[in-house]
Amino acid sequence: MKRLLHYLSGYKLESILGPLFKMLEASFELFVPLVVASMIDVGIKQNNTPYILRMGGLLILLGIIGLTCSLTAQYFAAKASVLTATSLRNDLFSHISHLSYTEIDTVGTSTLITRMTSDINQVQTGINMVLRLFLRSPFVVFGAMIMAFTVNVKAAMAFVVVIPLLSVVVFGILLISMPLYKKVQKQLDQVMLTTRENLMGVRVIRAFNRQKSETARFEEENGLLVRFQVFVGKISALLNPVTYIMINFAIIAVVWIGAFQVDAGIITQGKVVALVNYMSQILVELIKLANLIIIISKSVACMNRVDTIFQMEPSIKEKENAGADSSQDASAAKVVFDHVSFLYAGAKEESLSSIDFSVKKGETIGIIGGTGSGKSTVVNLIPRFYDVAAGRVMLDGMDVRDYPLDALREKIGIVPQKSVLFKGSLRENMQWGKKDASDEEIYHALDIAQAREFVDGKGKGLDLYIEQGGRNLSGGQKQRLTIARALVRKPEILILDDSASALDFATDARLRRAIKENTEGMTVFLVSQRAATIRGADQIFVLDDGKIAGKGTHKELLNHCDLYREICLSQLSKEEVEQDGR
Amino acid sequence: MAGKKKLDKASSKATLKRILTYIQRYRLSVAASILLATLTVVLTLYVPVLIGRAVDLILEPGRVDYAGLLEILKKIGIIVLVTAIAQWLMNHINNVITYKVVKDIRTRAFNHLEVLPLSYLDRHPAGDLVSRIIADIDQFSEGLLMGFTQLFTGVMTIIGTLLFMLSINFWITLVVVVITPVSFLVASFIASKTFAMFQKQSQARGELTSLIDENLGNLKVVQAFSQQKEAQAKFEEINGRLAGYSLRATFFSSITNPATRFVNGLVYAGVGTAGAYGVIRGFLSVGQLTSFLNYANQYTKPFNEISGVVTELQNALASAARVFELIDQPPIVKEDDDAVKLNAVQGKVGLEHVHFSYVPEVKLIEDFSLKVKPGQRVALVGPTGCGKTTVINLLMRFYDVNRGGIFVDGNDIRKVTRQSLRESYGMVLQETWLKSGTIQENIAYGRPDASLEEVIAAAKEAHAHSFIKRMPQGYASVISEDGGNLSQGQKQLLCIARVMLCLPPMLILDEATSSIDTRTEIRIQKAFSKMMEGRTSFIVAHRLSTIREADVILVMKDGHIIEQGTHQGLLEKGGFYAELYNSQFAISG
Repeated sequence: MKRLLHYLSGYKLESILGPLFKMLEASFELFVPLVVASMIDVGIKQNNTPYILRMGGLLILLGIIGLTCSLTAQYFAAKASVLTATSLRNDLFSHISHLSYTEIDTVGTSTLITRMTSDINQVQTGINMVLRLFLRSPFVVFGAMIMAFTVNVKAAMAFVVVIPLLSVVVFGILLISMPLYKKVQKQLDQVMLTTRENLMGVRVIRAFNRQKSETARFEEENGLLVRFQVFVGKISALLNPVTYIMINFAIIAVVWIGAFQVDAGIITQGKVVALVNYMSQILVELIKLANLIIIISKSVACMNRVDTIFQMEPSIKEKENAGADSSQDASAAKVVFDHVSFLYAGAKEESLSSIDFSVKKGETIGIIGGTGSGKSTVVNLIPRFYDVAAGRVMLDGMDVRDYPLDALREKIGIVPQKSVLFKGSLRENMQWGKKDASDEEIYHALDIAQAREFVDGKGKGLDLYIEQGGRNLSGGQKQRLTIARALVRKPEILILDDSASALDFATDARLRRAIKENTEGMTVFLVSQRAATIRGADQIFVLDDGKIAGKGTHKELLNHCDLYREICLSQLSKEEVEQDGR
Repeated sequence: MAGKKKLDKASSKATLKRILTYIQRYRLSVAASILLATLTVVLTLYVPVLIGRAVDLILEPGRVDYAGLLEILKKIGIIVLVTAIAQWLMNHINNVITYKVVKDIRTRAFNHLEVLPLSYLDRHPAGDLVSRIIADIDQFSEGLLMGFTQLFTGVMTIIGTLLFMLSINFWITLVVVVITPVSFLVASFIASKTFAMFQKQSQARGELTSLIDENLGNLKVVQAFSQQKEAQAKFEEINGRLAGYSLRATFFSSITNPATRFVNGLVYAGVGTAGAYGVIRGFLSVGQLTSFLNYANQYTKPFNEISGVVTELQNALASAARVFELIDQPPIVKEDDDAVKLNAVQGKVGLEHVHFSYVPEVKLIEDFSLKVKPGQRVALVGPTGCGKTTVINLLMRFYDVNRGGIFVDGNDIRKVTRQSLRESYGMVLQETWLKSGTIQENIAYGRPDASLEEVIAAAKEAHAHSFIKRMPQGYASVISEDGGNLSQGQKQLLCIARVMLCLPPMLILDEATSSIDTRTEIRIQKAFSKMMEGRTSFIVAHRLSTIREADVILVMKDGHIIEQGTHQGLLEKGGFYAELYNSQFAISG
C-alpha cells in the first residue's frame, strides 16, 4: 500500500483534484430537490410562472455545472490511474528481469506473468474507481441525510435509522455472496480441467473405451456447478427486493412524519417532496459504494501480491568492487569445481554434494546421468545462475563470484534444454549472442549448428521472421538455431544442456563433428542422456544423485564404472560396448 | 476468444431458434417468470402514483387528511411487500432456467466431444475447444440471464411508465418522450468513440502481454544472454503506447455515466418546469407532479440497460453459435449393427493396399501392404516428426483409411466394433497421459473393477512398484493434472502398468527418446520386453537394439513409408535406413 501511495504521489495534483471535482458534482446534485421544493412552495403557491421558469433554468444550470465537474474529475482520475499503473508496470518488469534463477524457480514464471498483467490492470481499475467514487458515494449518502436535517429534524430521523440498516443489508449480502461466487468460479475451473484433460487424453480414453465414465464424471461436476450457481443466485437475488422494501418503508415513514409537521406548520408540502427525493438518492449510491468496496478489496489484494514481488531481492548480486582487481590467470585450468555443494531454495537435500573436477582449456566434457542426478545444476553454476552452498567454482583461476555478471556470462555460450526463440527476425535472434554480429559471422554459426540448410531452404535468409516461441519452426530446427545463437558469440565455454534431444542421430553426430572442427580452443560441456553423444568426449563425468560416480574417458569408464556400463548397455548393442571397452 | 464475430441476421435468427428449443423444456418456468415480471413492473410503477396521492393529502396546516393518508400508506406498504416477493421469485426462477439450460448445452457439447472423430479434434487446438465449452457457454449464460432479467422488465417498464404518465397527463408525458432520445444519442455517440479506443487498448495490451509472456516466460534465457536492457526498452515503448490508449479509453468510457446523468437532469428540469406550470394552470396536482418527477428519474434507466443487454445478447448469440457449430460437427461413422466383436485375437494383422492422407492435397501413404504374423514385432523407424503416429492412428482406427483395408485375424476393422478392436490393443505412447486421480485409479483405467492386489501385481511387472511405494500415500497418492508431480519416466511406467493390467493380445509401443533418465529407461525397456513376449507388437523405435530384433522394419520419412524389410535386408539395400544406421556408428564423438 505504501508503495502505491509512493507511485500515486507522482500524480498528486490529479489524485486530489479528481475526487474534489467529484464531490463538487455531488453537492450540486444535492441541491436539486431543494430547487424543486421551492418551485412548489414559492412558484406554485404564488402562481409565479417566471419564478418557475427561473428555477427550471437553475436546474439546467446545475446539470451543466455538474457535468463539467464530473468530466474534469473523470479525466484526472483516468490520468492518475493509467499513469500510475504504467510506471508501476515499467518498474516491476525491470525488477523481475533482475531476479535470479532461485527467485524465478520459487515464484514460477506463470505467477510473474499474472502479476505483470492482470494484477496490475486490477490495481489500475481500483485506483480509477477510488478516485472517482470513494468520496462521491459517502458524500451523497451523508449529504442527503444532512440536507434532510436542514429541512426537518424529525423527518430526518427516518434517514438516521434507515441508512445504517441499509448498509448492513447491502454489505451483508455482498459479503456472504462473495466467497460463494469464488466457489462457483472454482467449480467452473474444475469443469474446465475435466474438459481439457479429456481432450488431451482422447486417444487413451478411446483406446480403453472409457467414454461413458468420462461423460458421467463430467455430468457430475457440471451438476455441482449448477447447484452452486443456483444457491448463490438465491442469496444475491435478495439484494434488490430487500433494499426496495427498506427504502419504501422509510419513504412511508417520511411522508407520515411529514404530514404531522405540515399540519403543525413547521414545513411545507414542497419540503415533504424534497425529503422523499433525498431518500431515493441514497439507495443508488449505497449500492455503488458496496460494489466499489468489492473492487477496492480485490485491488488491494492484487497490489499486495505485486508488492511481494517487489520485496524480493535477487539472491545473486555482483560484489561491489567486482572486476576491480582481476586475478584471472590464463594459465590456470579453465573451469574448476572445488568441493562444490549446492541445494535449491526450499529443498531439504543437497542437489550436488562435494563435486570436484578440473577442466583444461579446449577440452570437451561429457556429463551423463539420470534425471535429478544434477547434470543441469552443474552447468548452471558456471555462469553463476545459482550460487554454491559450499566450495567454489573457478573460471580462469578466479572465483565466479568475483566477476561482474555480464563479463562472466559473456565468456559463456549456453544452449538451454528448452529451445526458446523470440519474436523477430532470425538476425535479431542471432544477435542475442553478439550485438554487432555480422551476417557472415551469423552464417558461420548457422553452418556449424547444421541449420544453414533449412534456413536457406526457407529462402528468406537472415530476415526469416520467427513467430513468438518459434511456432513456425519444428523442434529440431529451433534446437539448431539456439545452438547457433550460442555459437555466434564465439564463447570461451560452450554449454549444451541436453540440447540435441530433438535431433535425429545423424544430425546430432554431424553437429558434434562440426563443433569439434570449428571451435579451436573452445571448452565444450555436453550434457546428455545419450551415451552416443558423449562417448567421444575428453572427459566424461557420470553423475548419480548429486555425486560424481565416475570420471574418465568412455573406455576407462566402461571398464571401471558399473553405472556407466549399465547406461551404455541399455542404449548401445552388447557387441559395441564390449568392443569399446577393449 | 479467437474468431469471435458478430453474426449476420439470418444466422443469429437460426441460433436464437435453437436456443429456444433448449429453453422449451422449461416453458412453465418461463411463463411464471413473465407473469411475475409483469406483476413486479406494474406494482413498482404504481407506487409513485400512490406517493403522489399521499402528498396531495398533505396540503398545509389544518388541511391534512390523516385517515386517507393512513389508508394510502398501508396500501403502499402491502404493495411494496408483494413486489419484493415477486421480484425475488422472478430472479430465482430466471437463475434456475438459465443455469439449467446452460448445463444442458454444456453436457451436450461435452458428450459430443466423446463421439467426434479424431480428425476433427486433431485439427482444432484443445484450447479452442475448451474455450467454446467453458468461456463461450459462460458468456452465453450471462447474456441469457441478463436478457431474461432485464430485457423483458426493461421494455415493460418503459411501456408501463408511458401508460402511467399518459393516464396522469398527456402534455408532460410529451416533454419526457421528446427529451429522452437525447440520452440515447449521447450514449451511442460515446460508445462508438469508446469502442475504437478500447480496441486499440486491447491490441496494445495484447502486444504487451505477449512480450511479457515471451520475456518473463523465458527469463532464464534472457538473463543468460544479458538481454534485460533490450527487453526493458521494448517493454517501455509498448507500455508507453498502451498508456496513451488506456487514458483515452478509460476517459471516454467514464463519460457515459455523467452524460446520461446530465440528460436525466434535463428531463427532470423539463418535467419540473412544465409540471409546475401545469399545477398553476390547474390541470395537475402537486402530488401528481411528484409522481412525474419520480418517473422522470427512472424513465431513462431502462433505456441504458436495454442497450447494454442488446450488446450482451449479441455476444451471447455469437458464443452460442460457436458452441452449436461444435455440436453440429458430424460424429464418427456409426458401427454396423452386425459389426463383429473380436475375441481371443490371435494377432494376425494385415494391411492391404492402404491409401491414406490427412488432407487430399498431401498424399501420405500410398498402396501400402504388410502382413504381420501373430507374435511378430514391427519396428517403425525414422527421424522425429516423420509421421509414425499415422500408423498408430490407422491401426487403432482413430482414422479410417481412404482406400484398401486393415485386417485383424482376417476381419476388416471397419466391420468390427470399435470397442473390441481397441480392447485387443495395448497402447503406450510417449506423450503420456494420466488423469487426475489416484495412482490406483490410473493403473486400473482399463479395468476399473481390478482389485488393489491386481493393480500392485501389474505395477510390479511394470517396474513401477518401487517408486509408487515410496510416494507418501502409495497407491492412493493423487496425481495432479497431467501428472505434474511425476517425472516423465515415472509417468511412462504408470502407462505401462495400465496396459499390463489388461494385457491385450496386441501392442502399440512408443519408445522414449531422451527426456527419460537412464535408470528408468532401463526399467521401461525391461517392462516392454516382458509385455512383448508372444504378442504382436508395433514399436515406434529409437534404440538400435529394439530395431535389430524386429521382424519387420518400416522406415518412414516425411509421412511416407519409404522402406520395409529386415535389418539385414535393409542394410544390404543401402537406402535411407542404411544411411541412418551408419551415421550412428561411423562417427563417434
